[in-house]
Amino acid sequence: MKARVTVMLKKGVLDPQGQAIAHALGALGFEGVGEVRQGKVIEIELDESNAARAEATVRRMAEELLANTVIETYRVEILPDEAG
Amino acid sequence: MRAAVLVFPGSNCDRDLAEALERAGARVTMVWHKDSELPAGLDLVAIPGGFSFGDYLRCGAIAAHSPIMREVVRFAGAGGHVLGICNGFQVLTEAGLLPGALIRNAGLKFVCRTVRLRVETTATPYTCAYSEGQEIALPVAHHDGNYQADEATLDLLEAEGRVAFRYLDNPNGSARDIAGVTSANGRVLGMMPHPERAVDALTGNTDGAPLFAGLVAAMADA
Repeated sequence: MKARVTVMLKKGVLDPQGQAIAHALGALGFEGVGEVRQGKVIEIELDESNAARAEATVRRMAEELLANTVIETYRVEILPDEAG
Repeated sequence: MRAAVLVFPGSNCDRDLAEALERAGARVTMVWHKDSELPAGLDLVAIPGGFSFGDYLRCGAIAAHSPIMREVVRFAGAGGHVLGICNGFQVLTEAGLLPGALIRNAGLKFVCRTVRLRVETTATPYTCAYSEGQEIALPVAHHDGNYQADEATLDLLEAEGRVAFRYLDNPNGSARDIAGVTSANGRVLGMMPHPERAVDALTGNTDGAPLFAGLVAAMADA
């Protein structure tokens, strides 16, 4: 089973990298770009077949290491096994 | 005074920090991150600058979960003194020994220059050899030194006199110009500027020397 954790800076925390991306998009001529936020995606393969247990484990991973909850939020998705 | 300087893969200020402590009269032991015990009879754990574990995931995040840091958290909990400089400050926030977090510099650039600071309190063993409000200059060298915490935490730090140093010309966007903060008991200090790089007139600046001299003197009196 595979899990995907998406980590984003909390709303209200300054995101200078997101701002730089927004600025660069404007410089490239893209119009109508509002706020841009940059985060990170972490995919984890787990030796676990129960989705609920997998999610509980990955949430603990996120709390302890993957996200710094002082400044970041995270979202956990359990991905269906790939066919084949 | 007996001090331990931690060494992680990617630490690069560890020997400078040991040198600065030794010049002030401390006996220093280097401690590898995989060690599971601190030397006995220790007065201070010092966490150096650098790029521990390549700054992977978040600066200081991997180091904060290394075996030796479990001991450092226990040491601090028992009233031990812990000094974290630059990457060491990031490790201390990631380990939960200091509040807040250090994020990417507001200007996005790596900032490497000497900055002016104001000593905001002399009521800590780290700042007791300075005078209150004294202006000093120390080098900074970091990409992620932008100190952030929620408003309530910042208010608490101010009210409790836990802002040790403040930037006079904020180089990185830190909230309320904060360059260094202490724990509630004043024994854990994290700061982004590098006092250990300013202890010898030969390299142009000795403004960092009183931090180490004061610390060793405070420990001797304790």
